Amino acid sequence: MSGSQNHSGEHGAERGEHGASHATLRGYLTGFVLAAILTAIPFWLVMADVLGNATTTAIVIMAFAAVQIVVHMVYFLHMDSRSEGGWTMMALIFTIVIVVIALSGSLWVMYHLNVNMMPMAPGDHPM
Amino acid sequence: MNSYPDWWKLVFGRFTLEAIPYHEPILVATFAGVVIGGLAVIALITRLKAWGYLWNEWFTSVDHKKIGIMYMVLGVVMLLRGFADALMMRGQQAIAFGANEGYLPPHHYDQIFTAHGVIMIFFVAMPLVTGLMNYVVPLQIGARDVAFPFLNNFSFWMTVGGVVLVMASLFVGEFAKVGWLAYPPLSGAAYSPGVGMDYYLWALQIAGVGTTLSGINLIATIVKMRAPGMDMMKMPVFTWTALCTNVLIVASFPILAGTLALLTLDRYVGTNFFTNDLGGNPMMYVNLIWIWGHPEVYILILPCFGIYSEIASTFAGKKLFGYTSMVYATVVITILSYLVWLHHFFTMGSGASVNSFFGITTMIISIPTGAKIFNWLFTMYRGRIRFELPMMWLIAFMLTFVIGGMTGVMLAVPPADFILHNSLFLIAHFHNVIIGGVVFGAFAGITYWFPKAFGFKLDEFWGKLSFWFWVIGFYVAFMPLYVLGLMGVTRRLNHFEDPSLQIWFMIAAFGAVLIAFGILCFLIQIAVSILHRDRLRDLTGDPWDGRTLEWSTSSPPPAYNFAFTPVVHDHDAWADMKKRGYRRPLGGFRPIHMPRNTGAGLIISALATICGFALVWYVWWLAALSFAAVIVTAIAHTFNYDRDFHIPAETVLREENARTEQLARA
Repeated sequence: MSGSQNHSGEHGAERGEHGASHATLRGYLTGFVLAAILTAIPFWLVMADVLGNATTTAIVIMAFAAVQIVVHMVYFLHMDSRSEGGWTMMALIFTIVIVVIALSGSLWVMYHLNVNMMPMAPGDHPM
Repeated sequence: MNSYPDWWKLVFGRFTLEAIPYHEPILVATFAGVVIGGLAVIALITRLKAWGYLWNEWFTSVDHKKIGIMYMVLGVVMLLRGFADALMMRGQQAIAFGANEGYLPPHHYDQIFTAHGVIMIFFVAMPLVTGLMNYVVPLQIGARDVAFPFLNNFSFWMTVGGVVLVMASLFVGEFAKVGWLAYPPLSGAAYSPGVGMDYYLWALQIAGVGTTLSGINLIATIVKMRAPGMDMMKMPVFTWTALCTNVLIVASFPILAGTLALLTLDRYVGTNFFTNDLGGNPMMYVNLIWIWGHPEVYILILPCFGIYSEIASTFAGKKLFGYTSMVYATVVITILSYLVWLHHFFTMGSGASVNSFFGITTMIISIPTGAKIFNWLFTMYRGRIRFELPMMWLIAFMLTFVIGGMTGVMLAVPPADFILHNSLFLIAHFHNVIIGGVVFGAFAGITYWFPKAFGFKLDEFWGKLSFWFWVIGFYVAFMPLYVLGLMGVTRRLNHFEDPSLQIWFMIAAFGAVLIAFGILCFLIQIAVSILHRDRLRDLTGDPWDGRTLEWSTSSPPPAYNFAFTPVVHDHDAWADMKKRGYRRPLGGFRPIHMPRNTGAGLIISALATICGFALVWYVWWLAALSFAAVIVTAIAHTFNYDRDFHIPAETVLREENARTEQLARA
């Protein structure tokens, strides 16, 4: 339907600047190499048991996963602060805020509930 | 069930003839009424040979205006159903004291309060709000339709699908007996083995798809299709609130879908997400459902704030006071609405730190809301107020909503909530804000935009009668519940022992009767207005001396809304254009590119509804078949390339000339 809108004159000019940024082979290759490296390192950390501690390894892998997400978004989903006139970035920030609120809030709330609950049966214990 | 042979189970699932509630006289009478009424409507449509018209002009229409009107009709029809439930509850509670058991046995009463809540929120308030947004937003931003016109039609029919399932539960089987949010473990398979809970789940899932898609659609429309010159801070306030509401919809309805899906898994395949044992935790459901549920109430109220803003500035004849603060207040409410959900379950057992955090965030939310009230007051201050019906609704809203807001802040105090939780005080509070905010807002919006949609104003006399019945009825019906709630009476009871309470329930029932007259007057108002449409005719397209772009086209607007896309220089674009002495272009029209109608949305939704019905009754073959049909139809629709057409320039010229003549007569 947007095609039927009379985007003439000033509006037409805006489109070039604000449209989604274009994919390039170079961008995809960079993304692919980074993604591969970011996958290989955690794999190596686990297989070779480099850090010697399961918890530390898990945390480090989570950190790599977070970086991996950013790489995917930048190189494959072409997110930057300018595409679509800033709306993509705005939507992303909003999504992250909501997800963080919902997840951390739920964890906090449920943790509290568990701590405050009476043990239901022998062997049950707060988390 | 045992007497049924195996083949029956294979073909009909768990459906048995006993599932038809022919032993319930109330339901049989209702069913008879529905059948007779339905046959009368069908006969009338057939007699008028209107089937083709309805199918071609309405059901398959992708025009946002027609879809908006269909949403409104759906909302009003379901209001009658939801309100019938309310009257039955009020009647029961007014008489069921001591030896008198009333006329509704508990299993029936429980279905009624569940259906009342579900219907009023999902199938009355949501369609009314969505319908107004659908109709008004594209007009306000100078667009010719929404971003995805087919999706719009599909969303509407998915909402209807949910309605059909809820209504079917009335006559085939039963509805849920668990309260409108269906907390487990009560709503789990162990305690609610019947089909009622499954009707609930599938109705909400199907309608939820529609709501989510319509949210995406309107966001895309507002972000991408504004008229040139209308940057974000020049958007009409109603469009702003619509944007924030749809952002909330898109962010929160997936949470509802996910939570209900987990409960569905618990019920259908025996997982233990929300059961009491094997690691399940019913409180997680309560937590998740309110992460959706709290934003939901803002989804309902924000567009109404927008409606009130438009009305305040139009009928005070000046710009909205504090446009920028209004926008920021709306955005802040959007974010804050995600930080308060725990206030719905303070008593569940979180510690003091959790409760005080959510108590404080809840109180904070009243600040931007209060700012809005002041903005409306200052808009009226020194304005030339025309005290017409929409303005009356605005005043009634402001008075009522402030009371509801204050009782809300009382409930936000955790220690007070421990006394008031699940009491009738809570019931009074949320009816206070939902009726005082959303319902009054919907009526204000209907009165305000009706002339735009149909070309004639609504009758003032019956409108005022409806207004006074609604407002007085509301206070008579709900103030006693505050009293009862403070005395400790809990919600959802169908029988009481203490006779001293009865007088309050009788007053409340009387209030409900007054509201019933309010609804009746509203229906009469529409009928009378249609009969007297020539006297009430609006030829100008701008009956209220409006300020936003929807008033710049004819009433009703042509299919293409605007012959030329308007160029915007200021907010209150139409007021600005009038001030600058805008002249309508009379020639030079070009063909206008428009989306073509399609029946695919209705067909896919019908198949989805059948699938839902089959899943409710465990008719697996039908569920699989209809689900496959949904997928196939959806894919087949993607091969339909005949999706658009051009309205020829001559047609545009003809329509615009007719408007010129109309304007000359006005």
